[in-house]
Amino acid sequence: MIKILLFAELQEQAGVDQLEAEKAGITVSELKSWLQDAYKLTALSNAMPAINENYADDQDVLKDGDVIAFIPPVSGG
Amino acid sequence: MEQRLFEISDQPLLIEEIVAKVSRRECGAISTFIGTVRELTHGKRTLKLEYQAYIPMAIKTLEQIGEEVRKKWPGSTIAITHRIGTLDISEIAVIIAVSTPHRKAAYEANEYAMERIKQIVPIWKKEFWEDGTKWIGDQLEKTPYPDGAPKIGEDKDD
Repeated sequence: MIKILLFAELQEQAGVDQLEAEKAGITVSELKSWLQDAYKLTALSNAMPAINENYADDQDVLKDGDVIAFIPPVSGG
Repeated sequence: MEQRLFEISDQPLLIEEIVAKVSRRECGAISTFIGTVRELTHGKRTLKLEYQAYIPMAIKTLEQIGEEVRKKWPGSTIAITHRIGTLDISEIAVIIAVSTPHRKAAYEANEYAMERIKQIVPIWKKEFWEDGTKWIGDQLEKTPYPDGAPKIGEDKDD
């Protein structure tokens, strides 16, 4: 089981701020495709993945218990 | 009492508290930056702002910026607090305080920290415009990450 965190416009598109899915073993990129199909998250293409609070790559493979966050373009300050 | 130098807060920010965190007897300068909510952006009126953060990662990335600053400007101490939640016009969104032995480094380090916040800290601003609402990626309302990714590491060559 992995936990998926959504923020900003992704959260608004999905209507929820987090999801859980049995997706251990796939890559970030594969998870993105699944989310785009399942939740119509068009803003995902602009978002950076972060696994367990560290920026990650699309090729990284998800492990059971991982928390993956999709970080839309940041706008602090 | 142990003070946290990097915080995300849902309460109004107080400049004196953040300055006090970096005050050192061996320092001769403290620079402060106060980011406030702007009403007019290129003629468009903002009614209020809402900031959201991925709090644990925001604190972690602020700490990373602190590490970068301490390496680049030895002898410096930096504290940053970013506000989240709903903010009215002119309210304080972020405060950065940097103390250094000499003033030039305090100015430089402070500006560097703000630039890095805008690159890597997972905080988002939702503008409530007079004519509608929208999450925005940057002050220019363009999609950032021009290279497809934020610049995560510090510059290796300077």
